[in-house]
Amino acid sequence: MDQKTLKGFGVKVKNMAGGIKKFVVGCFDDEKVLFPAVKNVRKAGYKIHDVYTPFPVHGLDHAMGLRETSIHTAGFIYAITGTTTALTFMSWVFTKDWPLNIGGKPHFALPAWIPITFELTVLFSAVGMVLTFCYLCQMAPFVKKHHFHPRATDDLFVMAIECTDKTNDAEAQSFLQNTGATEVHVQHAETGWWIGRYDREQKLYKEEKGY
Amino acid sequence: MNHQFELPGSYKKWTYGLIGAGVIALLYGFIALHPFTSSAHGEHPASTRFWAVLVQNSVYWLLVVNASMFFICVTTMAMGAWQVAFHRVSEAISSVVPILGIITFIILMTIVWGGRTDIYEWLDKDTVARDHILNGKKGFLNPVFFTVWSFITIFLWWLLGRKMRSMSLASDKTGPMNYETGKKWIFKNTVYASLFCVVFTLTVASTIPWIWLMSIDAHWYSTMYSWYTFASTFVSGISLIALFVIYMKNRGQLEYVTEEHLHDLGKFMFAFSIFWTYLWFSQYMLIWYSNQPEETKYFIQRIGTAENSGPYKGIFFLNLIVNFLCPLLILMKRGTKRNWTMVTFMAVLIIFGHWIDFYQMVMPGTLHEKAELMPFEFGVACFFIGLILWGVGKYATSHSLLAKNHPFLKESMIHHT
Repeated sequence: MDQKTLKGFGVKVKNMAGGIKKFVVGCFDDEKVLFPAVKNVRKAGYKIHDVYTPFPVHGLDHAMGLRETSIHTAGFIYAITGTTTALTFMSWVFTKDWPLNIGGKPHFALPAWIPITFELTVLFSAVGMVLTFCYLCQMAPFVKKHHFHPRATDDLFVMAIECTDKTNDAEAQSFLQNTGATEVHVQHAETGWWIGRYDREQKLYKEEKGY
Repeated sequence: MNHQFELPGSYKKWTYGLIGAGVIALLYGFIALHPFTSSAHGEHPASTRFWAVLVQNSVYWLLVVNASMFFICVTTMAMGAWQVAFHRVSEAISSVVPILGIITFIILMTIVWGGRTDIYEWLDKDTVARDHILNGKKGFLNPVFFTVWSFITIFLWWLLGRKMRSMSLASDKTGPMNYETGKKWIFKNTVYASLFCVVFTLTVASTIPWIWLMSIDAHWYSTMYSWYTFASTFVSGISLIALFVIYMKNRGQLEYVTEEHLHDLGKFMFAFSIFWTYLWFSQYMLIWYSNQPEETKYFIQRIGTAENSGPYKGIFFLNLIVNFLCPLLILMKRGTKRNWTMVTFMAVLIIFGHWIDFYQMVMPGTLHEKAELMPFEFGVACFFIGLILWGVGKYATSHSLLAKNHPFLKESMIHHT
């Protein structure tokens, strides 16, 4: 076990949700090479941990076999929570708790509440979705994430293959080399964090349109 | 692949069937409703009904098909390439503008010069002279201004729309463009598209709804009204484009149109339904809040007061459910916007919903509580739908359905949302 990567984590390795894992990392300098590489790596049965790109690459999620994100469903639920919160709170305040005569309007003045209801709907869904996004990406303030390659934020497409105890990493390395990676190496990294590890669901590779 | 569309027999059947049903409805109107009887003080509601239904339908369907040209121009100006795959469909719909334009013009002229004060109150000179508010609006609410401005408007829509269409059709003959000629061609398109948009702003987005529709309730005004009308017709226009795209796709045409294009059309339908609601609500809430008699009159005519519900209460709320709640809840999901059946269903629902919207814009001010929603109303709508089908079919069969030399075609083919 590589002790270096444990710096900064004041917990015992065995109790970590994710734990230290071994990765075969391949770097690509061209999108056009990356896409067939992703396809071939999946076809060969390797598990792609993630692909780090300097900019959003259209269709890469699909090529990696990631399932559709459900963040919009979460967003919808946050939104209706916001709607209900606003409407129930306002109707309670203005009809029960502290009824006021405002311009002779009825106490239950629905049209006047619509803008506030709308705002709270947007606020709840926006904030909720940002927090959910951070959780799904395992990001939080003061949590240091492992970088597989510093140039992944600059000009390199970095693919990390997760090794199991059955993976022959030498074989995986040469496989990556053959798919066109410019640089290949092995890394040990901590993938978990303080509230557990969220594993992206990945579909098994199959021949179909768009992959 | 052959991009030449041939009208299937069922299309022709529907076209002539709908026009036939419309003609029967119009004949019924001519015979039973006595359209040329004066109905100055509402003593002959049948003849008012005839003209009110014609105004509602002609203006609605004209603005809907014209929205198609606006869609072309806006996407041209924004360099929006995704719609090139079905560019000819939008063109085909916009080619109906002159037909419906002439019909609308004739109807409006008959009303204005026939002195139908039951439709437009401001046509009555004595009332205007006595009425302070109408007297103040005399400058533009008068037959001459109405006629001249309506004529200019319809003429410019036709002229600039024809120019846009002819540039697109000419590109079929000139062959593939290289970078330089393509750039020039796009620039020329952009110039005419922006001209059209300026005209569109000065007409649909401001003056035309004022004089054609808002002047029915001549004492009342709303600064939101034109945008509201525009949103209403634009979302129906997009729905109409979507319907024809789906139809042509079903017929094996438009090979480059994929789910991605449908998804974007669905987004437009969703977004502009919300935009329509935004304007609807802004208009409603401000009037409700300030609560001034001369403004609330408009809504009292429709939904009534807390004590007496008005004759249009059902339609008023149906309007909101069909045009806001349904698109919001149904079109929100990504899967729905990529589902051909669901988009078809929603497009039909939206077009119907905004037809109802126009119904409640026109009827309360003209027929008051005597409006009806009977086969005659639907028959007249069938007449206009039939005319649209006929015009689109004519354009779509006489030209290739693919703008094959459009410089942005490839971008549209690989379009990915």
